[in-house]
Amino acid sequence: MTTFPEQLKALHARTPERVAVTLQFSNADDLPVSVDQLLRGASSYADALKQSGIQPGEVVVLILQHGESLLYAFWGAILHGAIPSIMPFLTEKLSPERYRADLSALISVTQPSAIITYPEFETEVRSALNVGDSVREVIVTNRVEVQLESNFDSLLGFQRKPEDIVLLQHSSGTTGLQKGVALSHQAVFNQLNVYCKSLALDETDVIVSWLPLYHDMGLIAGFLMPILSGVHLVLMSPFDWVRAPYKLMQSVSKYRGTLSWLPNFAYNFCAQKIRDRHIEGVDLSSWRAVINCSEPVRWESHQAFYEKFKPYGLKLESLQASYAMAENVFGVTQSSLGNVPIVVEIDREAFMSERVAKSPVDGHPTMKMMSSGRPLDNVEVKVLDENRTEVAERVIGEVALRSDCMLTGYYHRDDLTQKAFADGWYLTGDYGFIIDGEVFVSGRKKDMIIVGGKNVYPQDLESLTYEVPGVHAGRSVAFGIFDEEQGTEDVVIIAEVDSEDPNEQQKVADAIRLHVTKNSAIALRYVKVVDPKWILKTSSGKTARSANKEKFLAELQNEQSSL
Amino acid sequence: MTETTSSLATFIAAKILKQPKRVITVEESLISSGLIDSFSLMDLALYVEDTFGARIEDTELNADTFDNLTQLAAIIESRKK
Repeated sequence: MTTFPEQLKALHARTPERVAVTLQFSNADDLPVSVDQLLRGASSYADALKQSGIQPGEVVVLILQHGESLLYAFWGAILHGAIPSIMPFLTEKLSPERYRADLSALISVTQPSAIITYPEFETEVRSALNVGDSVREVIVTNRVEVQLESNFDSLLGFQRKPEDIVLLQHSSGTTGLQKGVALSHQAVFNQLNVYCKSLALDETDVIVSWLPLYHDMGLIAGFLMPILSGVHLVLMSPFDWVRAPYKLMQSVSKYRGTLSWLPNFAYNFCAQKIRDRHIEGVDLSSWRAVINCSEPVRWESHQAFYEKFKPYGLKLESLQASYAMAENVFGVTQSSLGNVPIVVEIDREAFMSERVAKSPVDGHPTMKMMSSGRPLDNVEVKVLDENRTEVAERVIGEVALRSDCMLTGYYHRDDLTQKAFADGWYLTGDYGFIIDGEVFVSGRKKDMIIVGGKNVYPQDLESLTYEVPGVHAGRSVAFGIFDEEQGTEDVVIIAEVDSEDPNEQQKVADAIRLHVTKNSAIALRYVKVVDPKWILKTSSGKTARSANKEKFLAELQNEQSSL
Repeated sequence: MTETTSSLATFIAAKILKQPKRVITVEESLISSGLIDSFSLMDLALYVEDTFGARIEDTELNADTFDNLTQLAAIIESRKK
């Protein structure tokens, strides 16, 4: 039984000068941060929170970008005993008005006492605050005084108990911001104990990550796990990576990286977009696991990644898969390291119509599914039918799980917490099946779109579409279609307008693209403006997303074959 | 429209926006407007390099370097091999 502050103190006592984190930047040299530096930086923020009258157990929202401030502010909140929650930073893609609205929504549910941000962003943050808000202090980074030595004795975080909430993680999307997943010290350590064991993680490992810290994959696997386990973390910004994906390979080569986590699309992205001249001389032989997580895992994506990087020393058995979610801290399953993940070939027809993963029949079309591995030692997984009865192996149903590392609850949302569980089992909303103990995840129960590792609710995109002049409420439909080349889903929005003039329709299509992108930070692939009565409705007048998706795909196929 | 801008316009409409009939004017903003997202910017840079032999570095993939076809064509012209 321990807490984050106790663990940090123990790591500091053992090897204060060891490099805990190396921060990488696009326009500056790599910055190694030792355990001692990390603790001093964090103590400075802990002190600033104390001076501001923030109490242990209160939530502190961090609005900071990749860099030293984010690192120190996060651990500073922990050392003070406050509960940090990282909010995505405003990007050029998102409109400031929408960002303010999202921040206000987060504040109204989560009730933070303080926000930590940059001086140049203070005005922006204050403009999202309302009279009577929970926020008592906006702490700006340049007013935090750096401490010359860390003094553990005065830190209030050491009074926290293992069952206390240590942090909140928010999932993406407008609705996600209103649903903070609250985790206890104990839950995180219970997860790390078994997850580290399944990875055979030790202090010779080096984790290389570009993942954002406001999602579980980045926050847990690419931040907390290495820091709390005394494993060197090499961390770069997601914004730098997306413009220069080869930097991941260069960093693995430079630091002899052993482990990384990537969403499925990143395998395709790296395989297709990295130029050989950028990775000349790169050696990837140290990479013992590259773990596919957070989107449906695709065997084809692993193949493409392997073919591209094999000449640089990548081993086939390094490509791994995991099924994870913030509500379980992170990992639910993990494929067995050192072996390639299990791939099964199943009958396509039975999968689609009977909802069973049957063995192939001669002459019938098949499909390949890749396993996400077996449940971790502290996790039980079962598959349920619509009546919440457990189904046999190979039958597709909703994945449910039980473990000793579940969330304490959705913060200030007991209603949602209660709904998420049935008889002590957490209902994931994912469809999947089990074969010989291996868990295969095959889709989402809800119409959620998973694009580039982000979860997007189609109704959020439809609501935004209705705000565009010329589009009427109820006359738009959004859905995702799987893009083989990209290894992720493409977002489609269809909207009916009254005008049948192609120029007018084009204008509305542009306006939808602009408005939805600016307000959701989700890139739209297809925006199709159609005549009235195009969209199919159910008999009760609801928009039938799957029927409209089929209609769209059929038209798309016709257009492409007539080209 | 020059040969360069019309080739770029065709590529963006067909491959990035998936709307082959979409007309893109030379002065229309591409990045600041959200028309081209960060993942697709990479595709555009690769296309420019393969088609015109002009390299655009990753640190330049933002609206400050170019935001419309005229600006992008000027960069290509100055860097052609």
